Amino acid sequence: MSEREMTATTASGDIARSPGPLKRLRRDNPQLLYGSLIVGVIVLMALCAPLLTSYDPTAQDFMSTLQGPSADHLLGTDNLGRDLWARLLYGARVDLFLATIAVVLPFVIGSTLGALCGYFGGWFDTIVMRIADIVVAFPFYVLVISLVFILGNGVSSIIIAISIVSWIAYARIIRAEAMVLSSTNFMDALHVGGLGVPRIIFRHLMPNVLSQGIVYAMSDIVANIGVIVTLSYFGLGIVPPTPDWGNMMSEGQPFFAGGIYSLMLIPAVAVIVTSYGLSMIGDGLATALRVKR
Amino acid sequence: MSRFLFRRLVLLVPVILGTVTLTFLLMHLTPGDPARTYLGEHATPEAIAALRQQWGLDQPLAIQYLHFLRDLVTGQLGESMFFHEPIIDLLATRLPPTLLLMLMSAVLSLIIAVPLAAWSAVSKSGLSDMVARALTAVFQGTPIFFIATIFILVFSIRLKIFPVAGYGNKPWDHVVSLFLPALTLALGIVPVLMRSLRTALIDALNSEYVNFARAKGLRSRTVWLHYALRNASISGLSILSIQIGFLAGGSLVVENVFAIPGMGTFLMKGILNRDFPVVQASALVFALLVLLVYLITDIAYTLLDPRVRLK
Repeated sequence: MSEREMTATTASGDIARSPGPLKRLRRDNPQLLYGSLIVGVIVLMALCAPLLTSYDPTAQDFMSTLQGPSADHLLGTDNLGRDLWARLLYGARVDLFLATIAVVLPFVIGSTLGALCGYFGGWFDTIVMRIADIVVAFPFYVLVISLVFILGNGVSSIIIAISIVSWIAYARIIRAEAMVLSSTNFMDALHVGGLGVPRIIFRHLMPNVLSQGIVYAMSDIVANIGVIVTLSYFGLGIVPPTPDWGNMMSEGQPFFAGGIYSLMLIPAVAVIVTSYGLSMIGDGLATALRVKR
Repeated sequence: MSRFLFRRLVLLVPVILGTVTLTFLLMHLTPGDPARTYLGEHATPEAIAALRQQWGLDQPLAIQYLHFLRDLVTGQLGESMFFHEPIIDLLATRLPPTLLLMLMSAVLSLIIAVPLAAWSAVSKSGLSDMVARALTAVFQGTPIFFIATIFILVFSIRLKIFPVAGYGNKPWDHVVSLFLPALTLALGIVPVLMRSLRTALIDALNSEYVNFARAKGLRSRTVWLHYALRNASISGLSILSIQIGFLAGGSLVVENVFAIPGMGTFLMKGILNRDFPVVQASALVFALLVLLVYLITDIAYTLLDPRVRLK
């Protein structure tokens, strides 16, 4: 038996004895598993939207408005005869993509500033943290809605508006971690080792403090979905006819009081389930990365 | 106490100046030209120039900033372009409903969260934990305007207990009209409030002073009210004050769903009418409101916690 085969058998033998990775995950961290499953299915459905429906989410059909679920229209149609299933899938693409993109920029800016603040302290730290104090004095929705108004409707305005507000949470979280780490022997060792400051910050400090930020990013995506949907609900977000869960809910609301619930309820359930899945991933990651919340 | 108050007020000055500056920059450093946005795409260059002059936008930024500060200090927030009334007068009618709404939701959130927290702090069964999880799951991801819509459908349209929208005319009408909006907002912070109160209560109940109070033979009610709850309320208060930003921002959403004539609808009207001075003034008032609440909680803090007072 060659060496390679031997390792292969021992390796597979090990796997057979200890529970498989999935089983282990289900035992140790069910939240991460089920959260990822929920979100995974939703993301997959959004990505495969054209395969899952043959309807155009914006195509109106006035011969079949406000229909219930049928073989033709899985979830029925809205007041303009548009297929709700198709709108739900394409709406997921818009909302999920935007909510995720709108986390990246604040995460990068906030974590970097937070790490720099925590590492250097002094006047730089004071200035950044005072700016943060001022920005958070404005209620989140007030600032975001005002910013979107000033920047004009549209995807890039939404991303910029959210980024201006939400970098702060990352900066504060990472700063606190970085401050703790900066006073440890680990940091002293790096200095004694003669490493350059940028290298210390980006290669050694940040990788060690980022897990808090990553866990927070999950709840941040949930918050972003809420903001995007709310903006669209008020006609300040995604511009119709592009489908989005927010403008679907806003268009469905007038029918809600009249007893036709599905128009508003279906996108609402999508928002709630997605948020729930993301929160579970967040809790699961917190456990996995041993982050205190 | 007065020295503490003075220090706290002095510290507030740079933050207020900062919020004022940020509001100013929001409106003046943005890519679009407010005059052009206001007049629309088909406006003639002359009309835009005239409006820019009227708003003082043709002046250097520093001069505009000084004018803005001067106007604020003298209470001149400008005139609404849409209502053609001084903004300060409009604010006077818009502020009370929002203040009442925020107060009622804060009170309601306490009424709901405190008993739940107390129950889950003493109960050893998994049930209370499940309730907490369920509450968090349901209310954290659900958009505020959807909860509001369901409340309107169930309690206003079907059961006819509360008015569908508006603010009413008499003080009691105000309270009744604001009940559902306040409940909607309160439910948004109940999960957070409950979790932190629960932790604080468990800490308090396991503390030595509570053990001592029990050993002394005090009635369990006394131990609860005067020892455990009083101490836990300090952390509850700080959580509540952190959530005030959420209450203020949420009131913007809720007011618009329930058509309450408060600050939130004022800001939204300003946005829909492209009424720049109104948007600017309301954003600033919202921020100052939050800062004021922080100040009040800071003071309440020292009254509740003798340890803080001693410092």
